[in-house]
Amino acid sequence: MSRSLFWRGRRPARPILAMMESDGDLLLRLRSGDERAFVGLVERYHEPMVRLAASFVPSQAVAEEVVQDTWLAVLRGLAGFEGRSSLKTWLFAICVNQARKTGTREHRSIPVADPEPVVDPSRFDASGGWSAPPEHWIEVAEGRMEAGKLADRIRTWIDVLPARQREVVLLRDVEGMSGEEVCAVLALSDANQRVLLHRGRSRLRQLF
Amino acid sequence: MRLLRGRDLVCQQAVELVTDYLEGALSRSARRRFEAHLAGCPHCTEYLAQMRETISLTGRVAPEDLTPQMRDEFVDLYRRWQSEQQ
Repeated sequence: MSRSLFWRGRRPARPILAMMESDGDLLLRLRSGDERAFVGLVERYHEPMVRLAASFVPSQAVAEEVVQDTWLAVLRGLAGFEGRSSLKTWLFAICVNQARKTGTREHRSIPVADPEPVVDPSRFDASGGWSAPPEHWIEVAEGRMEAGKLADRIRTWIDVLPARQREVVLLRDVEGMSGEEVCAVLALSDANQRVLLHRGRSRLRQLF
Repeated sequence: MRLLRGRDLVCQQAVELVTDYLEGALSRSARRRFEAHLAGCPHCTEYLAQMRETISLTGRVAPEDLTPQMRDEFVDLYRRWQSEQQ
């Protein structure tokens, strides 16, 4: 059995972060005025928040500004943060609020009925069975991930997903938030969250 | 769910149910039908494995490092905020 097979499904979602201290510990240090705790939090969440904000606003530069404002709002709100949600959920909710205030994109509810198929209908025969079944790629992708050659590509793929799918995939699958948390941060119904997640993940799958 | 009434699932329907299946959002009968389809369909089993792999790989994308310059800017931001507090 290859090493990649052995590891599949057994390693923590984000091995680098898993070795770092928890958000709760960072929060405690931050509240005691520890500057390094703030920088630690920024290192963990700045780039993901910029990528999230970018789906609401017209340019990367504006997304950067939104997240700068977010960090200031975080510092100002820190004393009032009661921990009723996780720190991460609180941060991303502030970020989305800042982005919405700045952004021009309208956030209307999306129709859930009759979604487009996630797999090209030409891959199925008339009876709905596969005529062009999925080709096996899992071990190859694992190998490329292990070799550090895949993460950048996945980032790029996520960034070109339709905005609403991108937001859900970023929060659910990159950040590892629960469906409930994502619904709260993005103000989505559970059903819409699942539809967006389904389309986003299905599109990413095709790219490997 | 509309697709699930009637007889056995076909592959084209099964792929649309993968996320609801992984999210635990299918009814018990829909779940049974989905799993029965998988048991007889290696292609949809592969498809489900690929969706799980997609989730796993996406979850291993770590944030990119801050540049030293950005780091310094955030230290400044923090110090400015702290001095406002006093």
